[in-house]
Formats: sequence, C-alpha cells, structure tokens
Amino acid sequence: MNRHTLAVLVDNESGVLSRVARLFSGKGYNIESLAVGTTDNPAISRITIEVLADDKQLNLLTNQLRKLICVHSVKSLKPEHAIRRELMLIKVGSGDSVQRNEIIQIANIFRASIIDVSKASITLAVIGDETKTEAIQNLLAEFGILELVRTGMVALERGQYTIDEQTKMKGEFDYGKNVLRETDYEPFV
Amino acid sequence: MQLNGARILLECLREQGVDTIFGYPGGTILNVYDEMYKMEGAFHHVLTAHEQGACHAADGYARATGKVGVCFATSGPGATNLVTGIATAYLDSSPIVAITCNVSTSLIGKDSFQEVDITGVTMPITKCNFLVRDVNNLADTVREAFAIARSGRPGPVLIDIAKDVTASMAEYEKMSMKSHGKSGHLGALMQRYDFKPPEPDMEDIQLLADMLRQSKRPFLICGGGVVRSRAHEAFRAFMRRVDAPVALTVMGAGAVPGDEPLVTGMIGMHGSQASNIAVDACDLLIAVGCRFSDRVALKPDTFAQHAKIVQIDIDRSEINKNVQTDHHIVGDARRVLELLTPLVPEMHHDEWKAEVFSHPTETYYEEHPGTLTPSQVLSSIVAQAPDDTIISTDVGQHQMWAIQHFHFDYPGQLLTSGGFGTMGFGLGAAIGAQTAFPDKKVVHITGDGSFRMNCNELATESYYKLPIITVIFDNRTLGMVRQWQNLIYGQRYSQTTLDRAPDFVKLADAYGLNGFRASNEAEFKEVFQKALNSDRGSVIDCMIDMDEKVRPMVGGGSHITDFMLN
Repeated sequence: MNRHTLAVLVDNESGVLSRVARLFSGKGYNIESLAVGTTDNPAISRITIEVLADDKQLNLLTNQLRKLICVHSVKSLKPEHAIRRELMLIKVGSGDSVQRNEIIQIANIFRASIIDVSKASITLAVIGDETKTEAIQNLLAEFGILELVRTGMVALERGQYTIDEQTKMKGEFDYGKNVLRETDYEPFV
Repeated sequence: MQLNGARILLECLREQGVDTIFGYPGGTILNVYDEMYKMEGAFHHVLTAHEQGACHAADGYARATGKVGVCFATSGPGATNLVTGIATAYLDSSPIVAITCNVSTSLIGKDSFQEVDITGVTMPITKCNFLVRDVNNLADTVREAFAIARSGRPGPVLIDIAKDVTASMAEYEKMSMKSHGKSGHLGALMQRYDFKPPEPDMEDIQLLADMLRQSKRPFLICGGGVVRSRAHEAFRAFMRRVDAPVALTVMGAGAVPGDEPLVTGMIGMHGSQASNIAVDACDLLIAVGCRFSDRVALKPDTFAQHAKIVQIDIDRSEINKNVQTDHHIVGDARRVLELLTPLVPEMHHDEWKAEVFSHPTETYYEEHPGTLTPSQVLSSIVAQAPDDTIISTDVGQHQMWAIQHFHFDYPGQLLTSGGFGTMGFGLGAAIGAQTAFPDKKVVHITGDGSFRMNCNELATESYYKLPIITVIFDNRTLGMVRQWQNLIYGQRYSQTTLDRAPDFVKLADAYGLNGFRASNEAEFKEVFQKALNSDRGSVIDCMIDMDEKVRPMVGGGSHITDFMLN
C-alpha cells in the first residue's frame, strides 16, 4: 500500500464533491488528504486526493472515478513527476521573548512566514510537502501547539504534460489502447 | 412556446418516444399527473399498487424491449420506495429513468412533509442523478438523463424535480433526438464523455484472434453484456466459427438458444458440471460481457487457473476488477465480435468438446411418484407454453431451477434479478413485460417467500387484465436459505419456515384472478392449460417438498469444481 496522489477535474456543481468522496468510502478507502478549488475555468474544479492503495486498487479507483458523469479527467501523479505542496497554518504559544526569538529563527530556516503575533502566541504559515511541514511541526511541538490546520495536498505534474485528455501522457491506465485515443464524438443514435 | 414544467417534462418524454409509464401519484407530483390528464391518451400510464412495483415494472419493460423504462413517484416515501428497484436495475445494467418530484425549492432542506434527499440516497445506485431546481434546465436535464441511461453500459438515472418547477413556465422547443447532443449541457458532455462505446482497438482484436489460433481448448462465457447490447447474433456466429463450448451466466440467458449443442449450461455456484469443469480445464477463456461476479468466479484466484483469461467488456472499470485477466478488449460486445469473427478461421475442437460434453450439462432431478417436483412443473411449462414465452422470476431456488430447465432463445426472454438478487422482483417485471408485449405469454415463476413480498401487484395485473401466469413453488420455506442451513448450518432452520397465510388460491380469487392449486403433475398440467387458455391472470400454487435442493452446488468462495452437491 502506497500513498497515491490523484488529480481529478470535475464540474463545479453542488453534490460533485460528495459523489467523488462517496466513491472512496463506498469502495472501502480512506481519503488521507483532500483539496478542492476552482481552476482557471470557473465551471471546473480540481480535486486533489491522496489515498493509500496498491497499484491494482489504484487502477480500479481511477476507472470508477472516470465513470462518474461529473468527472472530466483523472490522473495519478507519480511523486517523481509531480510537485506537491500544502499550506499549514500553525499557532504556537510563546511565553517570553526568548521563546519568541527561537520560534522566529525556526520560521526563518523553514522559510515560513509569520502571519500573526500576539502576547502569548505566534501563527506561522508554512508551504511544502509533508516532510517539510512535519519537520517544522515537530520542532514547534516543544513550544506548545495551540492550533494547527492543513489545506490538504495540491499537486501538479512537472513538465509540459497536463491533466487534460488531449495533452495527457499516453499510456496511463491503458486498458485497451483505444481508451485515450482522440475520437470523433458523433451524436449518438 | 411557453409551457409549464410538468408539460415540458411530458413533452421531453415524447421526444424520447416514451409511450408507457409506470407510476404512483402523490402530493408533489400532482402537477405532472394533472398535465398528463389533460394530454389524455398521450401515454399509457400503469398505476401500480406500490412504487417498488412500478420501478420493477419499468425495469422489466426495459429488459424485455431494450428501450428505456420510465417510472414516476412522488417525494419522500414514494421516492424511497423506488430504491430497491433502482438498485436492482443498477446491478443488472438495465436502463430506466426514474422521475420523482420533491417539495418546492423554498421547502427543500427544511424537513418538510414528505421530503427526502433522494439524489443523495440514490447516488451509489444510479449512473447519475439530478435535482432540478430551475424550470429552464428541465428539458436539458431530461434529455441528458435518457442519453446517460441508455448509453455505454446502460443503467438507471433518477431525476428529482422540485414541485414549483413543475408549475413554473419556461420556453420549450421540440427537439428531435438527433439534435439533443448538439445543445445544452448534454452537448458539452458529449465533447468529453463517451456516449458511443469506444471503438475497439484492432491490434487488441488481432491479438485475441492469434490467441484463439494457438488455443486447443478454448472456452467461452456469455454474460449479460451480450443480452444488453443485443449482440446475440454476433455471438452465435462467433461461437460456431470457433467451435468452442459456451457457458452462460444467469444474465447471459437468452443470448444463445438453449438447445444449441455448444452450450454447457449455467456456470458458477449452481453451474452445470460441464461448465464448471470446462472452465477449470480450458487453456483460453473468453468472457464476453461478464464481470466475473462472486457467483460465477467463486474463488477468483483459481478461476480458470490453466487458462489465459480474456475479458471483453464495454465498461473499462470491470476489467481486472474481480479476476485478473491476461488480455482485454474494451468495447461493445456486438462491435468487438463483428470485428473479431472474420479474423478467425473456421475451427474444429472435436476432442476438447468430447471431453467437455462427457460431463452433464443439465441436472437430472429424481421424480417421486405421487408428489409434485419442481422439475415436473418446469418441464410441463416448457412443453405447454409457446416457445417465445417470457419468463420472469423472483430470487431463490425457483430461480435457479427455472434457468436450468428453460431454453431461452432470445435476449429479453428471461427477466431475473441476477446481481442484486431482489426477492419480489418478478411480478413487477412480468407486468412491465406483459404491458410491452400484450400478445406474448408471460409466466412468472416464484417461490412462496418471494411472492409474499410484492404480491400486492396482483391488483395491477387484475385491473389491466394482464394474463400473467404466476407459478408459485410453494414449499412453505425460504428454500434457498433452508438449503444453506441444511448443508452448512447443521440443519438449524432458523426463521426460514413459512407455515403461514395466505391461502394463495383465495388470494388470487380476492384479486379477481384465477387461483389454482396443484399437488401432482397431472393436476399441474391441467390447471396450467386452463391458465394458458384464460384471458385473465392466474396464480398456480404448486405444493412441493421443502427439502428439494438446487443441484449442483459449489459453496461460496470454493474452487469451482469442488461440488458440495452433485
């Protein structure tokens, strides 16, 4: 079982997220991370989902996702070919100026930005993959984490390939070679 | 033309060529029924006793005709009563469009009277569903729903329409089906969604042809996909050309004529010895339109263990889902077989066939003098009913016996809930089929357990003068469950004995139908003939022994040749 990142383009309509999420729970998978937002086309949202599955299960999940009418495109983003980032906001207690300075130092090393300071707390924003966010989280734990929130991982493929069917790297989920071939869509019947 | 939503809905149904609707009115769908009243004669509306019956009838209609079945229900309990029927259609890929009305948009989400989030409820059991909140989207949505229901791998679609939408006015312009794909949301969808099945890849097909040439022991499984895409002619031509034995799944019944010498019978849990042994011994297995369900591939790891497995399916997500294949072709069964058949030479596998057919393809059931056995009942029906009789079944022992005994000759001749196993499906389905084909005989085979579930539809059968013949295998027990309890659960018959009312003969009489009882073969033959000759529906209560078993039987999860019963 590996952690896989799936990028899914969907209609930006009500009920779509629950359709997608339901598919995972219905097939017995837990969503490890989920991020949703609109794309440059306001009618289309992009969902990034991370899930624990083996390769065979991933193929089945992907094919099930593609069957949903609201889903435009699905792509599994391999870690070696993808950039993955998430934003973490972390609020840490800072008792005195010594502690506060230490926290600011850690923030600088991780290139985290300080977005709020009060007498007793500092809030940092960190962007990175899980190795980075977890590292800073561990370091800050000793100061006492008051609150923490993550956006969920978002990811894009490196290079010129995109999630769009036409520019997608050929060969993925290649069940019957016809699947990804561009076809003329004639009106049915 | 300015029309109200209810009229737009009905006009859109006419665009689709819908002439028959099964349904049940209620508070929120009143506008639609009111408009239908004004359009007197435009639709044949069949009012059932219960929404579940309407949904099964629409499903039976769809299975028998190959067209999209339509059912109506009101909000809340009306809508949830459709759920079992929709799930039944979903599991067997039957195209239906279920139309429900919900409370008005201003009341949605307020736990209003008879409100339910039916699109949420039916999400896992529909291909797609819609909640229409704006009358301007209504026509577009109905067109899209029908396109989705019948395209690709068919299936149910639900449209939920808020009550105020059915009363609001909007511009409607009649559109031919050909131009539906050029406008609106459906047009946009067609830019990216395969409404046409993917054109099969010729390299993949050539590879399969080469595999067939090298195979000495090829074996075919004919599944429900062949029936759904009406690929039976193509399948028969292919099967005869490669001269390979063919096993049928429950859903594949009707694709190949039952008396075809290449047929080895049913495969799987209650499959014939010939089928189950052949699939274990073959060197090439070609499964067409079959998803290797757990009732066929009981133990996926050892299923066809000596064979290269090839799967032909329209639904890419079925490939490698249950059984790992060696080769697969994604495409419509008919198209794939039409392309494949010319690429393979005329073959002869006499030695292999002799080996396969040395095992029995049918089960021999002993007859006990003086009593009535399932075999006697079914053989009598085969002998007395016309060849093109449509058979609908419920679920359980009678279903397996019926499929073992009848020779189904064309797709849509058998209506049975294979995937979902819905007890109570048969009478609704029979009503759907008899409505579609008033001139054909429809025989509904059921058990006393299944029949008791939805026998209220006898009222529908009676009112519409449908001459359906219901044959009850009355063993006063839930036979299939009892069989499992007998074989696997140490004969502890927990809650399966059905020694209770009603008297089915009196019940039939109460509904204005012929009621008969048969306790031996001669009696059955006589009353069945009476039923055939009658122009009203009949119920025949056949008294059979409660310990009659379906044979052969392989336990769930066991290797396919490990017969528990022979």
